[in-house]
Amino acid sequence: MYAQNHDHDHDHDHDHQHAGSSHDDHSGHDHSDHAEEFHAPDGHDDAGHANACGLVHDKGEFDPGELAFHHVSDQNVYNIGPLQIPLPCFMWVPKEGFDIFSSGKFNADSHGNGTKAYKKYVLHEGLVQRIPDFPTDDLVDIGHHAVVGVKEMVNDKERTVSYLCYDGKKYKCDDRSTLDFGLFGGGITSFHDLSITKNVLSMGIVVFLLSLLFLKLAKAYRNREGMAPNGMQGLIEPVFVFIQDEVAKPFLGAKWQKFLPFLLAIFFFILGLNLWGQVPFLGGSNVTGSLSVTFVLAIIAFFVINLNGNKDYWKHVFWMPGVPAWVKTILTPVEILGVFIKPMTLMLRLFANITAGHMVLVVFVSLIFVFSKNGLSSIGGYGTVIPSALLSVFMMAIELLVAFIQAFVFTILTASYIGAATEEHHH
Amino acid sequence: MGGSIVAIGMGLSVIGAAIGIGLVGSKAMEAIARQPEAVGDIRSNMILMAALVEGAALIAIVMCFLVA
Repeated sequence: MYAQNHDHDHDHDHDHQHAGSSHDDHSGHDHSDHAEEFHAPDGHDDAGHANACGLVHDKGEFDPGELAFHHVSDQNVYNIGPLQIPLPCFMWVPKEGFDIFSSGKFNADSHGNGTKAYKKYVLHEGLVQRIPDFPTDDLVDIGHHAVVGVKEMVNDKERTVSYLCYDGKKYKCDDRSTLDFGLFGGGITSFHDLSITKNVLSMGIVVFLLSLLFLKLAKAYRNREGMAPNGMQGLIEPVFVFIQDEVAKPFLGAKWQKFLPFLLAIFFFILGLNLWGQVPFLGGSNVTGSLSVTFVLAIIAFFVINLNGNKDYWKHVFWMPGVPAWVKTILTPVEILGVFIKPMTLMLRLFANITAGHMVLVVFVSLIFVFSKNGLSSIGGYGTVIPSALLSVFMMAIELLVAFIQAFVFTILTASYIGAATEEHHH
Repeated sequence: MGGSIVAIGMGLSVIGAAIGIGLVGSKAMEAIARQPEAVGDIRSNMILMAALVEGAALIAIVMCFLVA
């Protein structure tokens, strides 16, 4: 009966939301499904009610910050509005082996919370978590909102730890392992998530589309040798020539042909991923806004820069010529740090720009929910729709510009660093 | 109290970004006024510099997330 009531509210509010505001550009982010939580007058069953373990799933309060954070993080299910595409999960537990299953087994609701537990895994807010001391490995029902995030102090920092209430007992849920050494709230836990997540699938799709585009273009150039550019050639050729003439040739000098494919690959990969994340109807997957992806791009740039560094470059790093000896001793540690810090700034710049854009967009749309006081104030809600929609459209236009600019800045800085590393001595 | 100090830090870094980008923009405007035929070159360099300045500020904001 409880499940039925929940679904009834959900469907009712879904239709209600779409009738009023058809310009809610973030329908892909299923904001419409959050309306179910704010029907406080209807008395949603468990607003603030504690379940058997004393865990309170607090559904009365709307937290835009938490919503924004949820939308910019990676997920194990691909949500496009109400449509949920389950993705294959591939977990590695050290000492126990691999677990391979589909995330459809969790039978998640539209918010990404699973209603079933399988092989000691649960789905909480789109991410798979593991409970090492869960009693069974079978597919068991855990009910709605069984996994609750509790804010507590971990190593003197306030973090959200998830607990599952099952059969009257409280179990602690582990997030997946991350390699950030605890800096961003991660660390090595009991399992490693190697599955095809939303980011991985988006990267695969974007790479596939880019390959299609460029193979088609290559064929067109071969067939139309000497003729004027046609169709897609007209779109890509100015961009290509721009990167070649404004980025590669000025910075790389004589060796521009060697590095041009790399620079173009970086530019179009980052541009494609940025633009993919901007389309609301594709689930708003925030790929370049995840530190892992930008870290790998920065590492690749780091290896290309340093493996192509000639003797002059390393001499400038370790023993800068042309300065007094005591200045050299200060400059050497700074230059060595610079070798690592420059790719790191590439990573952080791209990550922060794209993530900040996504979060601001989510906050602008949640202004509607904040001003309507979770459904209590009708006039507040309707009054905020137009300003919020205008702000969101304006912000999306800026984000399109930022998508291009950030891809360009990453490329031009990489070209500049490679140029500095391969430059011939001309004192 | 710790949370609000982090917010103050983030706000200060945005002040730095705004001043930096404002300076870049104002110098670009002056340069365009002096030599209107160089608009294209000046505009692309201005956008590049603005992205770099903003990158520094956003790195500061990301570091603030580390603290809290």
